[in-house]
Amino acid sequence: MPQRTPLYPSHLAAGAKMVDFAGWDMPIHYGSQIEEHHAVRRDAGMFDVSHMCALDLVGADATRWLRRLLANDVAKLAVPGKALYSCMLNESGGVIDDLIVYFFTPENYRIVVNAGTAEKDIAWMRAQLAGFTAELTQRREGPDALAMIAVQGPNAREKFWTAFPAARAATQALGVFQAAEWEGWLVARTGYTGEDGFEIALPAAAAGTAWQKLLDAGIRPCGLGARDTLRLEAGMNLYGQDMDEEITPYEAGLRWTVDMKDAARDFIGKSALVTRQPRNQFQGLLLLDRGVLRAHQKVITPLGTGETTSGSFSPSLNQSIALARLPEGIAPGSEVDVEIRDKRLKARVVKPSFVRNGTPLL
Amino acid sequence: MNTPANLKYAASHEWARLEADGTVTIGITDHAQEALGDIVFLELPAVGRVVKAGEECAVVESVKAASDIYSPVSGEVVEANQAAVDAPESVNADAYAAWLFRIKPAAADQCATELGGLLGADAYAATL
Repeated sequence: MPQRTPLYPSHLAAGAKMVDFAGWDMPIHYGSQIEEHHAVRRDAGMFDVSHMCALDLVGADATRWLRRLLANDVAKLAVPGKALYSCMLNESGGVIDDLIVYFFTPENYRIVVNAGTAEKDIAWMRAQLAGFTAELTQRREGPDALAMIAVQGPNAREKFWTAFPAARAATQALGVFQAAEWEGWLVARTGYTGEDGFEIALPAAAAGTAWQKLLDAGIRPCGLGARDTLRLEAGMNLYGQDMDEEITPYEAGLRWTVDMKDAARDFIGKSALVTRQPRNQFQGLLLLDRGVLRAHQKVITPLGTGETTSGSFSPSLNQSIALARLPEGIAPGSEVDVEIRDKRLKARVVKPSFVRNGTPLL
Repeated sequence: MNTPANLKYAASHEWARLEADGTVTIGITDHAQEALGDIVFLELPAVGRVVKAGEECAVVESVKAASDIYSPVSGEVVEANQAAVDAPESVNADAYAAWLFRIKPAAADQCATELGGLLGADAYAATL
């Protein structure tokens, strides 16, 4: 029996089609995935992301531990509420998960990890806590459980303030990747769509009422289907699909998240990243022929074969796009073939970022 | 779920209609379009291709997934619906109006047997 988020009744009331996602009963769409996609690009949409797992980290060694645990460096977080995206690596440099960490004080952080990997992540993190004075508490279940709602789109913040006028003062000045606490909620200017907006973590008991107010403010409920095409257009990796424990951040287009500046910092996986030669590189594909790219299709290039890791129809470009791992040396602008069923279709290699803030980048 | 009584249905969610001229029109059911979600691409068989009943001969792709379409009857493809190829979303709008392809059966008696092996509207609806 899949688990349900606090917003399960709200989804049913909104006519959602529910599917099992990583053991959670989640909305895939509420009628039309494409219309939900456009709502986020053009106006405002909201997603229930309560299946993701929030963790609180408290203790004297919190900062020292995170600097060991994560490939990105939390030492660069100075302003309370500032967030950082990072991979958590194993000793071989493979990605255990990608996550967001919010800084409050050097002894107090919030970490948000993926739904399907949460148990594995927590087990790994607890094992790494030995010798550190810090405590990790999950906030997904039990009396202190949080719900999380992502409101995304060019009008998302304005509509959020329409729903919650009192929150405006505390959240209006938030920069990108910056969070603030308001009435016990954590409101963060982050997301997974390539659009502006907030991700809000709030007590589970308040979620249903909050969702209704956001609905009343004209924010359209959006399912995991639209979430996937939005993140794909934005060129954002999906854990388990575009990367996993066999793949390093360098092979997943995430070199920018690996912080090597402090030579004295020894994070888990660092030595492997220094010695391990990337086998391939992360690029985008734009299908020139008619058809739809999907994950795990073979890409034929003059320098060898590669593979798509995610692919779909892009509602914003009205054309199919994919993320792919290609041989080193295949540059944006090259034309390659993709094997789809028994055919070879032409695709152009592009930078793996297709649409941002409502605007096609190609 | 909409399952018109004048059509025959395959368990793999195609519908078939015997026309007055002896050809058979084929499409996907309302249930199939609903399950697939927003349809964005159709790959239809070439006119002139000869297919057997149960043969894979078209692909319907939604944002979510690709789905193979099987011909419920044997014969030659005499027409593919270009209007549906140009507007794949028309299959979502009305799966019974937006047909996919038309087969001219090789032999009328074989066709009658093949159509007879398909489900009626109530029997198909009962499988959903």
